[in-house]
Amino acid sequence: MHDLSLMGLELAVLAAGLTLLLLDLWTPPAQKRHLGYVAAILVGVIFVGSFALLVPEPQFAFGGMYVLDELALFFKRFFLLAAGLILVMSVEFADRFEAGVAEYYALTLFALVGMMFAASAHDFTLLFVALELVTVCFYILTSFQRRRSQSLEAGVKYLIIGALSGGFMVYGIALIYGTAGTLDFAELAAESSRAIESRLLLLGLLMVFVGLGFKIAAVPFHIWAPDVYQGAPPPSAAFLAVGSKAAGIVLLIRLLHTALGSLADRWKPALVVVACLTILYGALCAIPQRNFRRLMGYSSITNAGFILLALGTGEGRGVAGVLFYLGGYLFSVVAAFLVMCLARCGDQDDETCVLAGLHRRSPLLAATLALAMVSLAGIPPLAGFMGKFLVFRAMLSEGGGYPLFPWALGIAVFGVVVSLYFYMNVVRTIYWTPAREEPAPIPIDGPSRLALYAAVLGLLWLGLLPGSLVNLADFAVQALGL
Amino acid sequence: MASLSFIIFCPLAAALVIALLPAGLRVLFRLLAIAATFLALVGATRVFLGFEAGGAEFQFVEQADWIRALGAGYHLGVDGLNVGLLLMAAMVGFAAACVSWEIEHREKEYYILLMLITGGVLGTFVALDLLLFYVFHELALIPTFLMIGIWGRGAEREYATFKITLYLTIGAMLVLLGLTGIYAGGGFRTLDMVELQQRVLTHPVAAAWQGPLFGLLLFGFGILVSLWPFHTWAPMGYAAAPTATAMLHAGVLKKVGLYGLIRIALPLLPEGAQSWLPVLAVLCLGNIVHASLVAMRQRDLNLLAGNSSVAHVGFAFLGIASLTVLGVTGAVMVMVAHGFLAALVFGLNGFLYQRLGSLQMDRLGGLLTAMPFAGTVLIAAMLAGCGLPGFAGFAGEVMVLFGAWEYSRWLAALAAWGALILAAVYMLRAIRLVFHGPVPDKLRALTDIGNPWRALPYGLLLAALIGFGIWPRAITDKAEPAVRRILVNSGNATSPSAVAVAGVTTVTADGRTAD
Repeated sequence: MHDLSLMGLELAVLAAGLTLLLLDLWTPPAQKRHLGYVAAILVGVIFVGSFALLVPEPQFAFGGMYVLDELALFFKRFFLLAAGLILVMSVEFADRFEAGVAEYYALTLFALVGMMFAASAHDFTLLFVALELVTVCFYILTSFQRRRSQSLEAGVKYLIIGALSGGFMVYGIALIYGTAGTLDFAELAAESSRAIESRLLLLGLLMVFVGLGFKIAAVPFHIWAPDVYQGAPPPSAAFLAVGSKAAGIVLLIRLLHTALGSLADRWKPALVVVACLTILYGALCAIPQRNFRRLMGYSSITNAGFILLALGTGEGRGVAGVLFYLGGYLFSVVAAFLVMCLARCGDQDDETCVLAGLHRRSPLLAATLALAMVSLAGIPPLAGFMGKFLVFRAMLSEGGGYPLFPWALGIAVFGVVVSLYFYMNVVRTIYWTPAREEPAPIPIDGPSRLALYAAVLGLLWLGLLPGSLVNLADFAVQALGL
Repeated sequence: MASLSFIIFCPLAAALVIALLPAGLRVLFRLLAIAATFLALVGATRVFLGFEAGGAEFQFVEQADWIRALGAGYHLGVDGLNVGLLLMAAMVGFAAACVSWEIEHREKEYYILLMLITGGVLGTFVALDLLLFYVFHELALIPTFLMIGIWGRGAEREYATFKITLYLTIGAMLVLLGLTGIYAGGGFRTLDMVELQQRVLTHPVAAAWQGPLFGLLLFGFGILVSLWPFHTWAPMGYAAAPTATAMLHAGVLKKVGLYGLIRIALPLLPEGAQSWLPVLAVLCLGNIVHASLVAMRQRDLNLLAGNSSVAHVGFAFLGIASLTVLGVTGAVMVMVAHGFLAALVFGLNGFLYQRLGSLQMDRLGGLLTAMPFAGTVLIAAMLAGCGLPGFAGFAGEVMVLFGAWEYSRWLAALAAWGALILAAVYMLRAIRLVFHGPVPDKLRALTDIGNPWRALPYGLLLAALIGFGIWPRAITDKAEPAVRRILVNSGNATSPSAVAVAGVTTVTADGRTAD
């Protein structure tokens, strides 16, 4: 019973998902779309309820397979918040689904359960199961518009590459189990000093990293991201960008700081190289993009690079910086994709020029999208700036002695400047590219308006008064003993 | 009203109020903007008058918690270094709001951005926390790009916007890296400038870090101030900018880079300064001589003004590079004077452009007969630009030259030649082409600034230029103790230029009598 009580949040979300499927049976078809609000409210209640939980000491369940500590709790809240906002976005988008609206919401919730389990994984089995739960849900979520070939294409691409990386991961886990004799993170850390010379163990870990790299969209496992972001329904793409990526990140943090023990330092140089390549690739490929959704795909790759860089060069501060960075990223991505849904950007024509004249159609949407872009570009006083500042601080204060350090720093600056170009290009399109047709005002209903305000407030709050989230992140990092 | 927060938040609050009002109330937006900047100006004047000269301590200090986890605080204060800059910034902000009547579309967004720039730049000058400084600076910088992009003029507007955006963001990024490097690399747990200056006296930043960090700050701030050879964004950007933006950017925002070098880089990284300042001394000659030569070739009055502004900031760089109390105090004086001057010149150029539709000098002529007031003021400003005694610029430049003489006579001689001879050549030529000679037929119908309210901002700026030119001690007496503390405390007294620092007191006295 104690084991189950630790998983209260996951169980609550699971129950919410099942309730939704049941409610679907009695809801008249015209009202089904609004079930999403029910889901969003349930998630919101669970999110608020999560703040009643206090875990001064890490608590384990199921023989150490599941851990509930401040880090896990931080990420669970993160996922809940993201899912709540994305459910509101889904309602906005739902009129473009032919059928199965309630299933869409339920699948979003099940993916959320997977992410929340990933945040608590303390064992390779749970790691794999949680990630598969997330990935399988996303196979469906990405191809939900089944008559739209682009959406199907996105789904198939995600399926093939996802299945491949899942295969890598499970094989890697088998190799780790074969050499170390354990699947538990803590036991592996104890074993790692003995097994450090085992090539098979290293190969197994490499394969697990391949699987995580796919989730995070790090070079060279990024290839799916732009296509899927372009083709998938925007709420799915947003959840993929925020939730799925963060699930990969939390597992990476756990592996590096709990499971690998003394092996972790060996992996960091590789991580930095991957991070630099990711930043360069994402930033350079984003320059010529004309499609806003595809641009967001490359932006997601660049951001993955910054996160990996902080993980690779920093210790505790690096991890804390990453947690903050993800917070800012959450609000920016949600704001951007929400505007995309509302402006019906990408329904027929996918060019960024659909955004042209947006400021005349809806000043609120234009301002929100502009703020999201400015935040992603890392300009104060918005959340993205604080995130980048903390990442740079971590690099400069902890990575100084590192041989590749000046290069990494240079590439990071280069990435910031280049990304500023393409983000500002979006702002320019919104405000001063003339629209091709007579602008029609965009109606925004209450809940979407609320979600927009929430995202904007989040961006400003994290930028102007970042203290509370910084403290929360520091607190979460202490759970790792850093 | 003599509170620094009040000065900063008047324009910022106006921005918020304007944002909440429905579009279309153009007169109200304009009144709000003028009222907010006027209140800020009154506040800044009271701070300037209430400032007690002679001490190096910070006055009008305000301190509150901001991000305790990072050691960042809301810390404001003025000493002799920034009290003059604050007054100058507030006055230029007021003038910029006054001349904005030329804007006739999308006024709401325009005044929001203008108020953000004004508030941001005022905040930058009084912030005593590294993070706060940076945040205020970006708050002022980003609207500049948008304003040039939306309300800019000329065929090259888009190109100029992207060029200025790219240059200045790279500069700002380098500055951010440098500031973060001082904070993180030095292992400090605070971002407070005053506290950092105390800490580095006992625990200086590691020697291996000082050189690279100072380099980052030098080039980062340098790009922001159009240090040669990273200056090409400036003339083009100012030619394309709307009048108020050019006034605020050239006059005020650009000074942030110079201020940052003196306030942050010199005291926190004294060893880095020793190794980098010779480089700066050579580069600033590029500003003074090369930009002046380029200005001589210009056919467009605005491009001429832009290049001349690049040349003038070279003097501030020279003063900093000399690392003498006299030179750095002179640099502060140059910053204040050039702020008034650049704002005046770009303001009048904007007015002329609005009336004439072009600033090609070959097509103009005899404007003094058509526009006696505007013409007289612009001629006065141009004479101030040549370094004529009686204007504030002269006092600053002469102090810098005396300071630089201690440092290197060759440099001082070359700089004086560039400043006095070359500047006189292009300024006097421009005066002859634009204001004298026969009036072209199509310009006969031109009228002057008839309305005294519209003449007010120009009159105010000219009065300041002359006032501080006659009585430069109002700035220098306040600035000198602050500069002395920075140079002596930061250990530069033990360096080779110690002789200069020690011997400078007498020279300062001489310099003043020369004023």
